[in-house]
Amino acid sequence: MFKVISAAKYWDGEVDLLVMGKNTENVAQNAAKIKDVSSVIRFDGDHLEHLLAEDAAKIVEMLSNNYQVILAAHSWFSRNFLPRVAAILNVSLITDVLKIENNNVYTRAIYAGNVHAKIQSKDPIQLLTIHTSLFEVCTKDGGDAKIIKKDTPPATNLTSWKSEKINKSDRPALIDAKIVISGGRSLGSEENFDKVLSPLVDKVGAALGATRSAVDAGYAPNEIQVGQTGVVVAPELYMAVGVSGANQHVYGMKDSRVVVAINNDPDATIFQFADYGLVADLFDAIPEINKLIKE
Amino acid sequence: MKILVAIKRVQDYNVKVRPKSDGSDVDIDGIKMGINPFDENALEEALRLREKDLATEITVVSIGDSKNEDVLRHGLAMGANRAILIESEEYLQPLGVAKVLKGLVEKEKPDLILLGKLALDSDAGQTGQMLAGLLNYPQGTFVSKIEIDNNKLIVTREIDGGTNILEMNMPAVLTADLRLNEPRFVKLPNLMMARKKIIEKFKVSELASDTSTQLELLEVSVPPSRKAGIKVNSVKELLEKLKDNEGIRL
Ligand SMILES: Cc1cc2nc3c(=O)[nH]c(=O)nc-3n(C[C@H](O)[C@H](O)[C@H](O)COP(=O)(O)OP(=O)(O)OC[C@H]3O[C@@H](n4cnc5c(N)ncnc54)[C@H](O)[C@@H]3O)c2cc1C
Ligand SMILES: Nc1ncnc2c1ncn2[C@@H]1O[C@H](COP(=O)(O)O)[C@@H](O)[C@H]1O
Repeated sequence: MFKVISAAKYWDGEVDLLVMGKNTENVAQNAAKIKDVSSVIRFDGDHLEHLLAEDAAKIVEMLSNNYQVILAAHSWFSRNFLPRVAAILNVSLITDVLKIENNNVYTRAIYAGNVHAKIQSKDPIQLLTIHTSLFEVCTKDGGDAKIIKKDTPPATNLTSWKSEKINKSDRPALIDAKIVISGGRSLGSEENFDKVLSPLVDKVGAALGATRSAVDAGYAPNEIQVGQTGVVVAPELYMAVGVSGANQHVYGMKDSRVVVAINNDPDATIFQFADYGLVADLFDAIPEINKLIKE
Repeated sequence: MKILVAIKRVQDYNVKVRPKSDGSDVDIDGIKMGINPFDENALEEALRLREKDLATEITVVSIGDSKNEDVLRHGLAMGANRAILIESEEYLQPLGVAKVLKGLVEKEKPDLILLGKLALDSDAGQTGQMLAGLLNYPQGTFVSKIEIDNNKLIVTREIDGGTNILEMNMPAVLTADLRLNEPRFVKLPNLMMARKKIIEKFKVSELASDTSTQLELLEVSVPPSRKAGIKVNSVKELLEKLKDNEGIRL
C-alpha cells in the first residue's frame, strides 16, 4: 500500500485511499495517518469480511467517476476484481506496471518478462496495478486525512464465500523479506525442505521460496512459489538453491539486488542471472553455510 | 450442461521472444506456437466433467487469424465436441476479446465458461474477469479445483497467502490455474480425426460492435537483464564475497 501511494503521487492530484471490509474503523484510522493521503473512503459491511470480486467491483464502480487514476498493488486480490471493474467501466486495465513513464504511458513486461512494452492509454480513467517491488515506500506518518464513511451497496450475492486456508508462518512474508532462499525440485522431498533449507532460512531471518516444480511435487506449499505464476520478489539477497533458472522462475526474482545460485550443474541457466555462482551439491553446501555462519 | 472453453494460440513456454529490430513489436515469425498452457488445463477440466457425466457438450473457441485453426484442432483432438474460430486479423486486447466472447456466450448460452488465468504472450490475466463483468456473471479466478454439487459450482482458488473456496450458481466464468489438473496427451489417431472435423466460423463484427481500446503499443525493448557475475570456489569464499563486496553478512 505504501508503495502504491508513492506511485500515485506521480500525478499531482489528491490521493484518496479506499478501505473495504468488516469493522474497518481501525484500519481507516491508521490509513489516515499516512502522509499525502487526502481522504480515506471507508465501506463497511458484514458481507465485505471476505471481500468478493463482485462486491469490490461494484464499490469501485460507484466511486469511479470521481477519479482519473485508480491504482492497486499487483496481487491476487487486485488481479481478481480490477479487470471486472475495467470491463464494467469500458476501459482497459494495465497490469503489473514496472514504471510510470508519464501520466498515461507505462512500461510493463510481456512474454514472460522477456520483453518490455511501453504502452499508452488514452482512457479517461487510468486503471493500473503496480509492480510494488520497484517503487519506494511513502512516508508512513505525519498525515491527517479525512475519513469518509460511505453507504455500502447491498451484497451482489453472485458468489458466496465458504472457507479459506491461509498458511501462517512465523517467517517474514515473501514480498517484504530482505533475504529470500528458494529451493527447487532437486531438494527431493518436503522433509528435505524442512531439514536442509529451513534451518538456514530461519537462522538468517529469510523467507522461504520454491520453484513450481518443487510445489507441484508437493515439497512446498503453493503460496511460496516464486515466478510468473507465483510471487514476484526483489529482496536484498536472493539465493536459488538447486534451481535450474527457467524463464518463468527468473521472472519472479530478477529484480533482486544480489543473486546467489547454488547448483551442481556448471551449465545451469540460473548462473547467467547470478552475481555469485557456486557449483556444488546443495546437500553439502547448505549445511556448510549453516555451520560457517554459526561460528 | 454446456461448457465453452476459450483457447489462445501463444508462443511455446520455452521460447524467449525478442523484439523486432525497429522495436515496433515483438518478432514471433517462425516461433513455435501452441495452445496457451492454462487453457489446456481449462479444456482438460471440461473433459473430465463430461467424463463424469456432468457436461454434455464442450465447445472450444479461439479468436485470431486462420493459424488459430491448429489450436482448435488440438482442442478437438483432446476431445472437444465443437470448435469455433472467430476470425480477426487484428490482435485484440483483453477487453476486445471479452466483448467478442460475450457476444458468443449470448448466442451459445453455455452454463460454464472456462478460460486460462493468464495468456503467456500478454501476461495480462484479465479476460475471464472482464467477461464475467460484462455478463454480470459470478466469477472464480485462479481455480485449482472444481466440484459440482446440486448444480452449484464449488471452486478452490488461489488468494494471497493461501486458498479459498467459493460457491456459485451457473452460468459462471472460471479461470484455470496450472494446478487444476494434468492435461492429457493427444493421441495421433485423434489428431488425424480432428483434421477432418468442421471448424465453425464467425467474424468479430457478428459478435461485437466495437472491440477497439484506447491502448497503443509505443515500443518494445529487451529489458535490462542481469549480468552473469562470478563463480566462487567454496562456501567460505561465497560468504566472504557477500560480506566484502555487498555488505551482506549472513
Ligand atoms: C505456464 C507456466 C508457468 C510457470 N510458472 C512458473 C513459476 O511461476 N515459477 C517457477 O519456478 N516455475 C514456473 N514454471 C515451471 C518452469 O518452467 C520450470 O519447470 C521450473 O521452474 C523448474 O523448477 P526447478 O528449477 O526446481 O527444477 P528443474 O528444472 O528440474 O531443475 C533442477 C535443478 O537442480 C539442479 N540440481 C539437481 N540436484 C542438485 C543438487 N544435489 N545440488 C545442487 N543442484 C542440484 C539441477 O542441475 C537443475 O538445474 C512454469 C511453467 C509453465 C509452463
Ligand atoms: N484471442 C483469444 N482467443 C481465445 N481465448 C482467449 C484469447 N485471448 C484471451 N483468451 C482467453 O483468456 C485467457 C486470459 O488471457 P489474458 O487476459 O490475455 O491473459 C486466456 O487464457 C484464454 O483462455
